[in-house]
Amino acid sequence: MIGRLARTARTSRILSSIAAILLIAGCTNYYEIAVETPIKPKLDVSAFQRVLVAGFLAGGTDDVDGNLETTRLLRSQLRTKSELRVIDTDVLPLMEVAAEEVGATEAKAEPARTEPAGEGKSEAKTEAKGEAPQPATPDKPATIKVSKDLEPYEHIFANVEYWKKIGEEYQNPLIVTGTVMFTPAARSGIVQREEEIYDSFGRRRVVPVRTYMERKGYKLAPKFIFIDGRTGTVMHSENFSEEVLYNANQSTPALSSYFELMDRLIPSFLSTLSSQKIKGTRVLLQ
Amino acid sequence: MRTWVLTALFLVSAAAAPLAADARADAKKQVEFGITVAQRGLWREAIYRWERATQIDPTYAEAQNNLAIAYEHEGDLEKARVAYEKALELAPNNALIKQNYELFKEINDRTTRKDSQDIPDP
Repeated sequence: MIGRLARTARTSRILSSIAAILLIAGCTNYYEIAVETPIKPKLDVSAFQRVLVAGFLAGGTDDVDGNLETTRLLRSQLRTKSELRVIDTDVLPLMEVAAEEVGATEAKAEPARTEPAGEGKSEAKTEAKGEAPQPATPDKPATIKVSKDLEPYEHIFANVEYWKKIGEEYQNPLIVTGTVMFTPAARSGIVQREEEIYDSFGRRRVVPVRTYMERKGYKLAPKFIFIDGRTGTVMHSENFSEEVLYNANQSTPALSSYFELMDRLIPSFLSTLSSQKIKGTRVLLQ
Repeated sequence: MRTWVLTALFLVSAAAAPLAADARADAKKQVEFGITVAQRGLWREAIYRWERATQIDPTYAEAQNNLAIAYEHEGDLEKARVAYEKALELAPNNALIKQNYELFKEINDRTTRKDSQDIPDP
């Protein structure tokens, strides 16, 4: 009698489990489907047939020439992934151009400084002069270590006449320029990593382990500026920042870190100029 | 008088229930057809079907979800956002809709980054 009751209870449990599974399956009819989301470009570049990646104000580590590498990389990416014709030309030494401008402005301002003024005022001017960046020369390039050091040179992007002249020279293209800071970064703290362990039976397990680690790497912070070559005016600008850190014992060349970080930024850069398709999957429901 | 009111209320609710069920059944047919055509890559037809489904039954969260996916596929991100939000409003605990919305948001946030600046024409 007890055995029969137990069997009945077991059977009813199995039946109710099956019913629950059928109910869930019946309620949630879903279909996974591939989607390709087209992303419209942020900038309307339909007026341009050509693009000139002119060059960048660059600073940070000496191991990578931020101006040259960024110009080369963006040109090659635009050549394959945009409909604009990429102009091949020498990279503009923007730092020197900007430094020359600073020099010219200071020379113009010089007579005003020699005019009689109060003692306090002339002191303030001397201080300001002391903070001004040292102009870059072919023998002695300016030392740009932090992004603040770039600020005195950034007026070049607002120089409409300069960019208009460049535009005329290359038949009114879209001009891509900006700043690139590629600096070493170091951080220490608790990091979670996975560790393989084997028990007494030789079975492998992966467990998360939290350890204190010193990490070193690089930070890349570019600002891309898009200039209308017909008018010399800035159309759009965009800031990015990416960082990569490795175990302090690991020796990773600066150039490979630079490319690793640029690789992350390139899709966003390209989506400013050309339409992109982002592939993914979604779930359709009934 | 009270009996009359109660009877009238009963009749109205009794009539409304099958109507709602009919609406859902009609909407479901549209949704099913939409899924079939979307699987064949006919997304515009799918949009038409799912829009019809949401008109027939505005409380149909699954139809809103599908419509959002179709808008996303067509690159109409603003309409997709509205449809996803509507779907989640109707079915806040649906994990699949939530998952779709999270994936959509990743793309949408990329296109509406705040650290970019458009400089207006002078």
